[in-house]
Amino acid sequence: MSGTFLGTPAFPTAARAALEDSQLRRNLAHATGTIRGKRAGVVGEVDEWEQLRLAGAAIKDRVLRHLPDYLEQLERSLTAAGATVHWARDAAEANAIVVGLAKAHGTDEVVKVKSMATQEIDLNSALENAGIHAWETDLAELIVQLGDDLPSHILVPAIHRNRAEIREIFLREMGSAGRAAPADLTDDPRRLAAAAREHLREKFLRARVAVSGANFAVAETGTLTVVESEGNGRMCLTLPEVLISVVGIEKVLPTFADLDVMLQLLPRSSTGERMNPYTSTWTGVTPGDGPQEVHVVLLDNGRTDVLADRTGRQALRCIRCSACLNVCPVYERTGGHAYGSVYPGPIGAILTPQLRGVGTDPQTDSLPYASSLCGACFEVCPVRIDIPEVLVHLRSEVVDAHREHRRVPSVQDMAMKAASWTLSSAARTGAAERAAGLGGRLAAKLGRPAPGGRTVLGAVPGPASAWSDSRDVPVPAEESFRAWWERTGRDEA
Amino acid sequence: MSAREVILQKARRALADVPDVEPVLDVPVVRPAQQDTLPHEQVVELFAERVADYRAVVERTTAAAAAQRVAGALAGRTPQAGSGPLRILVPPGFPAALVPGDVEVVPDGPDVAVSELDRCDGVLSTAAVGIAETGTIVLDHGEGQGRRAATLVPDLHVCVVRGDQVVPDVPAAVAVLDPRCPLTWISGPSATSDIELDRVEGVHGPRTLHVLIVER
Repeated sequence: MSGTFLGTPAFPTAARAALEDSQLRRNLAHATGTIRGKRAGVVGEVDEWEQLRLAGAAIKDRVLRHLPDYLEQLERSLTAAGATVHWARDAAEANAIVVGLAKAHGTDEVVKVKSMATQEIDLNSALENAGIHAWETDLAELIVQLGDDLPSHILVPAIHRNRAEIREIFLREMGSAGRAAPADLTDDPRRLAAAAREHLREKFLRARVAVSGANFAVAETGTLTVVESEGNGRMCLTLPEVLISVVGIEKVLPTFADLDVMLQLLPRSSTGERMNPYTSTWTGVTPGDGPQEVHVVLLDNGRTDVLADRTGRQALRCIRCSACLNVCPVYERTGGHAYGSVYPGPIGAILTPQLRGVGTDPQTDSLPYASSLCGACFEVCPVRIDIPEVLVHLRSEVVDAHREHRRVPSVQDMAMKAASWTLSSAARTGAAERAAGLGGRLAAKLGRPAPGGRTVLGAVPGPASAWSDSRDVPVPAEESFRAWWERTGRDEA
Repeated sequence: MSAREVILQKARRALADVPDVEPVLDVPVVRPAQQDTLPHEQVVELFAERVADYRAVVERTTAAAAAQRVAGALAGRTPQAGSGPLRILVPPGFPAALVPGDVEVVPDGPDVAVSELDRCDGVLSTAAVGIAETGTIVLDHGEGQGRRAATLVPDLHVCVVRGDQVVPDVPAAVAVLDPRCPLTWISGPSATSDIELDRVEGVHGPRTLHVLIVER
């Protein structure tokens, strides 16, 4: 039903298209602005927020530095609590495990809690191909699925849709997927949510198999945790007979006590609430309560490759709060689709290239450049992932990956060589400055006014066009510093 | 080689920079120091304020008046069936003295079908812990709290919390909870902000959460 990001053009092209969608920009500006405000408010309530961030980062680093030990411990705890543990190297293996389990129970449908891991492996398509309907039960995911659309935000995947569009989708599509929307449906969010409640309740009450992800998996006890707002998670986690959780191997926490740090950091960072409406924890099977068959699929899918990169490794601390999306000036204007990956925004710009590997396709290689490096993402990250540091590191990886294939020097190489020759002699530098001043006087006549009273040039021709296509080129000063010094500075010195 | 072996081996190779002698708990985790704890009365007061912040209904009451308040929480609701008394789900261990006389009691248990839960107008439960700082109620699904589905499917949840069950913050709650029990943390009624970030109460869980804080 819902598509994939396959075929998305490289970021600059996709971003240009997104920027032309004024409705999208309005929706995004409203949404990200609202969440930013709420987050700042509740983070401000915590006196020792910085200490909490440090603790969050340290807990995740502790896990990552000893991941094999914690994974083995998690497996032992889960098994002892009555769960069945599966391991999946990649998307295909994970999908095969879930499809196999669903088939073994003779079902042709599963209900799903929103999960980034199952989106990452495109589980829904794998299930559909096996003749099993996968029903997304998070309201936003339902909107995305019914609209045959792609999610555009980690936390509010339908952030790009407004109420009128959602009403249209519900009226048009609900009937073919189950209980139809009432004919007199309005675009009041209350009415839309009520329609979703009726539509999904039918599915919850009959479903025998559910699929979830997990926000945290505690090695010490085998406890899995799902953090949510609507209760669709609780429905999936408790009503069906069989529960299958697909869990990225980086989701491990050492001890149950570590949840206290994470449960303070996550809701405040993500929805700007002191606590999200519902958090569920379960440890294997509880007799007489909830699913009596519990499976956990531990998913690698590139995570061990990320682990091998000492700078990039910190991306695995991510707890998927989406705070970095909401503060990012680039995300706020382009939205999530432009990133062409399950993980959008700043975290997607570092996680996706690492999971996929750089140097293989232009779309992936464009992601580390989808940033102005302003650093706002690092400031809000609850586990202190230095996203700008990793972006710069990945840019160098992308350059290196391409250098190996290149026989002739690039325009950039030649420009750098020329600059080096010019700057290594005072006379040559002075001559270049005089030329620039001449160019500046000429360019000032050709330029156009920009905000702030500056004059800027449009796109410049030749090898610099790739750079100037997406930037305002400043007009060179009409007089160089040396010339100005000659003219004015000497006497006063 | 199995997927398990491959993943563990790849992870070990990826961590070649971590010295073999480094203990598993080597990265030091320094948690924020505990704040000066408020007097208990203020902790309960904060809890009531913060629960109300989520648009839940909050009442503070005494043991003597609690039964009357439970009845009050159910008053004015119309039964799903259209007529007759309200059908109220009551978990085993819920204090019988608090159950109003004019309702049809449906006792919760593992053999109560989900469709049966869906026909209940409301559920009464106790709680394991209340968290003041975040306005959260935690159920460990022990005595009086029912199975996880019990407090989920009916549209009204009336939750009775004893004042002495309220702790100041999240770390204090995690410290007293048993990870072997399934836990449900509830902060206000079911809510969504997925449509233009407008908060709407009740998508799937109870649309009304009514919390009674009972003190002697």
